[in-house]
Amino acid sequence: MSQPVTPPTPAAHSGFADGEWHRLHPATPFLRGGLTLFAIAGIVIVNLRDILLDNLFGGPGGPGDDGEPLVLLAESGFGGLVLLGILVIIIALVVGFYFSWRMHTFRITDEVVEVRSGILFRTHRRARLDRIQGINIQRPFLARLFGAAKLEVNVAGQDANVQLAYLGSQASDQLRREILVLASGTQRAEAAATDDPAALAALPLVAAAGPSAPGLVEQRVNELLAPELDPDLAPRESVVSMNLGRLIGSLVLSETTVLLVVLIAGLAVVFARTGEFFFIAPLVPILLGMAGFYFSRFTKSLRYSIAGTPDGVRVGFGLFSTSNETLPPGRIHSVQVSQPLLWRAPGWWEIKLNRASTSAAKGAAGQANTTILPVGNLSDVRKVLELVLPALVDPESIALLERGLTSGGRSEDGFHNSPPRARILRWFSWRRNGFALVPHAVLLRSGFVWRRLVVVPLARAQGVALTQGPLERRLRLASVQVNTVAGPVSASLGAIDAPTASRFFADAARSTVLSASADTTHRWGSAAVTASPPPRLTDGAPA
Amino acid sequence: MTDQPHPPYVSPTEPPRVDDAGWPPATGWRRVSPKYIVVDVVGYIVSGLMVTAVSLVPLVLFHWDLGWIPPVVVGTSSLVTILLTPRRVRSIGYQLRDDDLLFRRGLAWQRFVAVPYGRMQLVDINRGPLARALGLSELRFVTAAAAATIVVPGLPEQEAEELRDRLVGLAESRRAGL
Repeated sequence: MSQPVTPPTPAAHSGFADGEWHRLHPATPFLRGGLTLFAIAGIVIVNLRDILLDNLFGGPGGPGDDGEPLVLLAESGFGGLVLLGILVIIIALVVGFYFSWRMHTFRITDEVVEVRSGILFRTHRRARLDRIQGINIQRPFLARLFGAAKLEVNVAGQDANVQLAYLGSQASDQLRREILVLASGTQRAEAAATDDPAALAALPLVAAAGPSAPGLVEQRVNELLAPELDPDLAPRESVVSMNLGRLIGSLVLSETTVLLVVLIAGLAVVFARTGEFFFIAPLVPILLGMAGFYFSRFTKSLRYSIAGTPDGVRVGFGLFSTSNETLPPGRIHSVQVSQPLLWRAPGWWEIKLNRASTSAAKGAAGQANTTILPVGNLSDVRKVLELVLPALVDPESIALLERGLTSGGRSEDGFHNSPPRARILRWFSWRRNGFALVPHAVLLRSGFVWRRLVVVPLARAQGVALTQGPLERRLRLASVQVNTVAGPVSASLGAIDAPTASRFFADAARSTVLSASADTTHRWGSAAVTASPPPRLTDGAPA
Repeated sequence: MTDQPHPPYVSPTEPPRVDDAGWPPATGWRRVSPKYIVVDVVGYIVSGLMVTAVSLVPLVLFHWDLGWIPPVVVGTSSLVTILLTPRRVRSIGYQLRDDDLLFRRGLAWQRFVAVPYGRMQLVDINRGPLARALGLSELRFVTAAAAATIVVPGLPEQEAEELRDRLVGLAESRRAGL
C-alpha cells in the first residue's frame, strides 16, 4: 500500500479541493472493516495454538477436545486443505479491500462534491455545494488513534449524505473549511487571499515545526489531548461549553432518574411485603440499560461545545469518540427551547432544532443530532440562540426571546396571548400561550408546566396553516401552525383568539414570501460581500 | 365572561389586511368539480360497508346481547359522513394568490394552508380508477414539509394540467432555497 497518491500532508491546505480525483486515507480498509478480519484471525490463531501445543507435547487428545471444530478438522486429515482455503479467503479479502480502496475516489470542485466507489457495482454520487446542510467530522476512538477522521457532507433528504471515510485528521478539518468556503460562494481568489494567513495562524504547531515535524507518536498524543475545539477557530465570546456540575445535575434530574426511583421504591415495597429477592432478576437488564444510558450521555456530553465560526455554527462533543459538525447559516428550520419541570428550579434549558438533512451520525448523548444544547442555563441559551438565529440579535429581539422563555405572560409582554376564555382548553398556560411576529421570525410560546418556546425563521418556513375544530369554533378560538421540515420541533399553537389567529395567518404568509425572497443563505459568503448584516425587512421591530 | 380587547396588532410587513369579519375571504375561491362528490361518496360507501361488516362480527359470531350497538354506531356515523359529503366537497377551495397558493378544506375541522410557490419541490397528478372514469384528477403540490403539502382532489383533467403548468411556472419565477 505504498502508492504515491495524495498522502495527507500537514499543510494549511488539504490539497483535496482542487477539482482532481483523490483517494482516501490508506488505513481506510482497516478502519472500515478490516478490524473484523483481525478479530477472526485472532480467534483462529488462539484455536490453532491449542492444536499446536497438543501436537508438540503430545497432549491428552482425549474425547474432551472433540468439541473444538478446529481440533476435529486437524484430526480429520483435511486440515491442510482447510488451512489453504482460509489463507485464500484472507488473501482475497485483503486484495478486495485494497481494490475497493483504489476504486474509492472523490473530488471537490467549485460546484459539487463527488464520490465514486465500488468494484463490481459502481456508484457515483454527486452533491451540489450550495445545497449543503451541514458538514460533520467524526472520529471514532480507533480512527483517532490512527489520526483518521470521517467527513460527512449532509444534504437534504433521506440517505442523501456524501461520506468520505476516512481522511487524515487534520486534512479533514482543512477540507471542511475549504468546502465551506467554496459553498459560501466567496470567490476562489478572495478565499485564497483571506484564508491563507488565518489558516496558517490556526496551525502554529505545524507551521513552526516545518520539516522536522514531531514524531508520529507525539503527534497522535497531541491530537488526542488537544481540546475539543481549536481555540483559534472561533471567537471566545461565542463559545458555549458544557459545565461538569450541570451535566451531572441534568442527568440526576432526568426522567430516567424518576423512573429509577419509582422502580427502586416499587422493589422495596415488594421486598417488604414478600421478603423475597426473586423479583429483582428480571429488572437487572433494565438497570444495566439505565447505567449504559447514564454512561453514554455523560461521556458524550462531557466535552460539549458550541461556537460561532465564519462558516456557521460548530457543534462538537465526545470524550473517546469525538464528533463535530458545522451548520452553515440558514440551515436551521426551527428552534425549540424547552424546560422540563425538574429543570425549573436550577433554571436549565434544552435546545432542539429541525434540519433538512438526516445525518447518520448520532448527536450528543446518543440523541438525534437535532439536540444542539443538551443542558444549559439562561446565558448559554442566549448565546446559542444568537448563533442559530443570526437575524434576531438586536436587543429588542433578545428581550422578546427571554420573555418568551420565562415570562409568566402578562398582556404587555410583546406576545399575543390567548384570551381568558381559552382557559377551558389551556388550564394553566393560557396566560403564556401566545405568539409574536418579528420581521424575520415567528415566536410561539406555550406551556406552563413544561415551558416551551419555538422560533421559526420565516425564510425557512414551508407554509402557514390555520385550523379550527368544533370546540374551538364555539369558543371563537383557532390554532395556527408554521410548517417546517420534519424534525423534533413542531411549530404549532392552539387556543388563540380567532380573529387574531386569522390576522397572524395573513401576516405570516406574507412575511414568509418576503423573507424567502430576501434570503441569500444558500450562498452565504456572496451575500456577506454585498450586504454584511443579514437583510431586514423593516427596522424598528414591532410586537 | 368578557373578553379583554387585544393589544393593537402591528403587522411588520404591511400585508394585505384581512378584515376580521371577512375571514375567511368569501370570494375568489376556485372550487373543485361537483363530480368529485360521486368519487367521495362511492369511496365512503365502500369503506362504510366494510367497517359495518366488521362491526357485525360480535353479533353474528358470538351472539352478544349488546352486539347491536357497534353496527348501529358505525353505520350511523358512516351515513352522516356520506350525507355531509356534498358540503364537504364544496368546502374544498383554492386560490392562486400573488405569491402563494391558498387552500382550504373541512367543515367541522376547517383548515387553511398558505404555501409560497417558491417552496414547491414537485407537482404530482394522480388519477384513481373511478376519478378517471369521471375525467377527474388529483393534484399534489409537494413541499419539503409534509404538513405543507397541498392535495387538491377532483379537478377536471384539463384544469389539473393547466394548474400544474401554472404552478411550475410560478415556482420557477419565485425560486427559493429549502
